[in-house]
Amino acid sequence: MKIASELINIVAVLLFIFGLKRLSSPATARRGNWLSCLGMGLAVVVTLLQPEIQVFQWILLGLIVGSGVGAFLARTTPMTAMPEMVALLNGSGGLASLLVGWEQYHHQSALDTYTGVTVVLAVLIGGVTFTGSVVAWAKLSEKITGKPILFRGQQVLNALLLLITAIAAVIFVLRPVEGYPVFLGLIVAALGLGVLAVIPIGGADMPVVISLLNSYSGMAACATGFVLQNDLLIVTGSLVGSSGIILTQIMCKAMNRSLANVLFSGFGAAPAKAGAAVKGEAKPIKAGDAYVILEAARSVVFVPGYGMAVAQAQHAVRELGELLENNGAEVRYAIHPVAGRMPGHMNVLLAEAHVPYDQLYEMDAVNPIMDTVDVCVVIGANDVVNPAAHEDPNSPIYGMPIIEVERARTVIVLKRSLAAGFAGIENLLFYKDNTRMLFGDAKASLQALVSEFKGV
Amino acid sequence: MTADLLLLAAAIDAKTLAFLLFIFAIATVLGFELISKVPATLHTPLMSGANAISGITIVGALLATGAAGDNRISLLLGVLAVVFAVINVVGGYLVTDRMLAMFRKKDGPKDKP
Repeated sequence: MKIASELINIVAVLLFIFGLKRLSSPATARRGNWLSCLGMGLAVVVTLLQPEIQVFQWILLGLIVGSGVGAFLARTTPMTAMPEMVALLNGSGGLASLLVGWEQYHHQSALDTYTGVTVVLAVLIGGVTFTGSVVAWAKLSEKITGKPILFRGQQVLNALLLLITAIAAVIFVLRPVEGYPVFLGLIVAALGLGVLAVIPIGGADMPVVISLLNSYSGMAACATGFVLQNDLLIVTGSLVGSSGIILTQIMCKAMNRSLANVLFSGFGAAPAKAGAAVKGEAKPIKAGDAYVILEAARSVVFVPGYGMAVAQAQHAVRELGELLENNGAEVRYAIHPVAGRMPGHMNVLLAEAHVPYDQLYEMDAVNPIMDTVDVCVVIGANDVVNPAAHEDPNSPIYGMPIIEVERARTVIVLKRSLAAGFAGIENLLFYKDNTRMLFGDAKASLQALVSEFKGV
Repeated sequence: MTADLLLLAAAIDAKTLAFLLFIFAIATVLGFELISKVPATLHTPLMSGANAISGITIVGALLATGAAGDNRISLLLGVLAVVFAVINVVGGYLVTDRMLAMFRKKDGPKDKP
């Protein structure tokens, strides 16, 4: 029996690995997800067959309640709310790891040093993942401000709390039996650290935070694996942990900033320092003028940003794209790696609107052909198309790779007003000679363009 | 090596610890290799798919609950852990599938599961 369950665990791990592998191509991804789901099912069934498990009714209750809540959330969340949904699910996993660690200690208070250390790790990582994810969720769903929350002495407080946590952890591990108050203190400290870690990070940096928290939730599972000396948990948790770190790296690279800079700088809180003086003036146009430009275009590139998600404009974009194609234009969608609030956010929204994924281009694929593009339509994107990243060494985003829309023959920017982007930086693009501003709600503007096309 | 909870009272032996650290190291490297070539289009499903996998902590939650015995607080902690881990697992897989079902090639049929 023991060996059989061990072998099935290995099969489960292999299913996770092949499942993740298949997630690297859109053609195989859906099957990959189900493979990994099958692995999870196997792992759960094998665990339930272990002789250690004696009470089933409570487990069953937990499984039913959890499945119901999970399925409800997954079915009812709109695609535009995916970033906060992923954050919430992530936090749920972190909390589960914390509780597993706590239960181990409560059950068996005389922990040996090894178990003490691993329980502390599971509780700390799980706790930080939990509250960090909840704060990320609150920011993304605008329950609290998306701007960095900074206060005097924040760094000192963080350092102090970290130090106290470390000391408390050592005290607990040395004397676990009488250490229950210390242990509860550790839980509170972990929860506090999670909050403090995420509140100073601004909305536009959320893709980094979400991938990092994703990595943490894997590491928390891994830590519970060390507590229980369970190889399945360790292997699977570390797979997720390292995949989250890779994504975090990709996101940081796309902004040309270090992870430390993203996490600690409170980027975008203070108004930008004197950037280059803006030259020229913005040239507003009406939908009718934009129609004339687009009607003559042979190649069009759409550049979506977070504003497209806010305006729920993805379906209108697709409709306009199809009309342009019928009009003989070649239509592409260029997506910056950190556009939106999570990695790949724009891709999901465009997929929802049935834009084929082979029309989506990554930044590095679209920049080389930018000179041959007739019209670039920027929809709710700002900092990721700001030429200040090349032209203004004083700009906070100087050096960040951007989609170089200013090199296209004409740029049409759909935007509510001339207000600065999230980072509080003036966008030089709006004042270029070849840029036209189409002011208004992105969805309304796109629909106006669509009816211009249909009206002919 | 599924957890034998009774063994936890004793300190881990060096060989077991070395083995656990070994598989940890290998799996971490494997994770890096698996993910590094994923195209940007799939970053969100990848993330939420990996997120669902991190719900593997359900295994720990089940073991904890099943062995909690008569201790009410242990039982409560265990059941709550099961609930939250299952939310992570079920929600994660379903939401990932919902997203992936939307991805399609131009004029191509939808990918069947």
